[in-house]
Amino acid sequence: MAVALKHNHRDPNRQKNPVLLHAALIGLSFLFTFPLIWMLLTSVKPLEETMSTNIVWIPSRILLHNYYDAFVYHSDKLGYIPFLIYGRNTLLVCALVVAGTVCSNALVAYAFARLRWPGRELAFSITLATMMIPFPVLMVPIYALFKNFGWIGTFRPLWVPAWFGSAFNIFLLRQFFRTIPFELSEAARLDGCSEWEIFRQVILPLAKPALAVVALFSFMGTWNDFLGPMIYLVDQKTFTLGLGLQAYQSQHGGTPWNLLMAASAMVMLPIILLFFFAQKQFIQGIAVTGLKG
Amino acid sequence: MKNRHREAVTALLFVSPWLIGFSVFLLYPLLASLYYSFCDYSVLHPPVWVGSENYRDLFHDEVFWRTLQNTGLFAALALPMGMFVAISLALMLNAKIKGMTIYRTLFYVPSLVPSASLAMLGLWVFNGQHGVLNAVLEPLLRLLNVVWVPLAHLLNIGWVPLSSHLPAFLQFSLGRMAPPGWMSDPAWSKPALLVLGIWGAGNSMVIYLAGLQDVPQALYEAAELDGAGWWAKTRHVTLPMLSPVILFNLIMGIIGTLQVFTLPYIMFPGGTPARSTYFYTMYLYDNAFVYLKMGYACAMGWIMFLIILGLTFTALKASEKRVHYSGG
Repeated sequence: MAVALKHNHRDPNRQKNPVLLHAALIGLSFLFTFPLIWMLLTSVKPLEETMSTNIVWIPSRILLHNYYDAFVYHSDKLGYIPFLIYGRNTLLVCALVVAGTVCSNALVAYAFARLRWPGRELAFSITLATMMIPFPVLMVPIYALFKNFGWIGTFRPLWVPAWFGSAFNIFLLRQFFRTIPFELSEAARLDGCSEWEIFRQVILPLAKPALAVVALFSFMGTWNDFLGPMIYLVDQKTFTLGLGLQAYQSQHGGTPWNLLMAASAMVMLPIILLFFFAQKQFIQGIAVTGLKG
Repeated sequence: MKNRHREAVTALLFVSPWLIGFSVFLLYPLLASLYYSFCDYSVLHPPVWVGSENYRDLFHDEVFWRTLQNTGLFAALALPMGMFVAISLALMLNAKIKGMTIYRTLFYVPSLVPSASLAMLGLWVFNGQHGVLNAVLEPLLRLLNVVWVPLAHLLNIGWVPLSSHLPAFLQFSLGRMAPPGWMSDPAWSKPALLVLGIWGAGNSMVIYLAGLQDVPQALYEAAELDGAGWWAKTRHVTLPMLSPVILFNLIMGIIGTLQVFTLPYIMFPGGTPARSTYFYTMYLYDNAFVYLKMGYACAMGWIMFLIILGLTFTALKASEKRVHYSGG
């Protein structure tokens, strides 16, 4: 998470005596990471050790096998949990949402950032204002709309709206598009490029970092979404991972906590991996979120 | 002139996805929701106009008030606490010492945990029988009790009774302190959610960090020349320069916290214990999709929308003089 910080040597924030700060940070970061460590420790424990009266801190045996068991879990109480199918469903919805979000928002943001048209500023203000509309107020009519389309129980309600833009992504991409020198567009225009060609061949290649941020955020948002799948999906075979996790829980006691933690860790893992591979995009994206520019 | 015209037509083509998206997925549902809120509507039959009945019923609905109160109390605690933790962490992590990248990563990663996984982890950590948190608290509190039990008797004369005006979990316990029943005690279920919220403070922490890096170094140098110490610099340079980011986070926080759903829905089905975690959006969801009182749910949705609008404008107005914008 290197945020450009190197240029100033006489930085007043530089600590003269960093021992105290280190101590505080080590203590706090232990508190922050402990729940995750506990999740992983539990996920490799034998079931008895999760249920013993005296807490077992370190598993006596490390059962990586639990992860496999979580995939093929089958019990009389809970039935068979098709975890792999949940994973496939989630990936499918994520892929469609990411593709739609990137395409639609790039187009719309281009018009807001680099084309002149009457009413642009007003339309942009209205667009920003829509970020204040909470989803619960729209939930019922949107559900009724998709019901009329015959889409309830399919993935369509989860990904189709992503192809029609959203305020936050429009805002994010517009901010980035505006930083690309306008001379580039002018030069291309003089060369006889159409607006579409300028968009495709000049702007999009330069905007890759911003597009990556949008793709990343929409992937995470979809991966983490719980309310949407719960409203629109009916059949267990179409469930996403977030919904599917609940299947490991038993209302009558006897939840296999080690397997539930293994499954939860597997739901979390792709996001964590994504973070380590795309740290730069994460930080840039979040920085833009914080109202820069 | 012709060029202008052509550019406008091109622009229209470029924004057309959003024109459709805005009309179909925002404007129409918003207006339809307003209309349904004055109707008896179950999605199975066409809506029937009933005037303001839904709103009048809501006014007399105890559960509605309970969920509103739960949500308001939760937001009133979660927002300032989250903000305090995120800003404090950001201030600490803005220092230049070795290993800072690792610290930043460690504080940030918990905020990435998907809410469904987080809920499961929460259920496990706060578990009444096998929860790790109470396993840690138990011996700690036993140790503290040695001092606390006699002290509490002394304090009882004066200010402990005053604490009865505070939310239950902030009250001083008079006797021996014992680990709370996070999942089963109505006084401690909200704090369990607060703890999970604070654990996810990393996200706003990074926003504050980005804001901190934008503070011109010259301001600190000037302050140092005036003999300002660490606290004076934080109070008079850092926080004012950070105020636009704080305001932005506050508004987004209000909008998000009032909609809190996934975590309590999974961890506390039906808002158990004793409806202490029955939040506004959970009740709205139940009305819409469990009781099929969709008109009622829409009325709740509009009330929430108006509350959010009201709070956002209040925050913007109240901050007009306090927020410092440098440049544009």
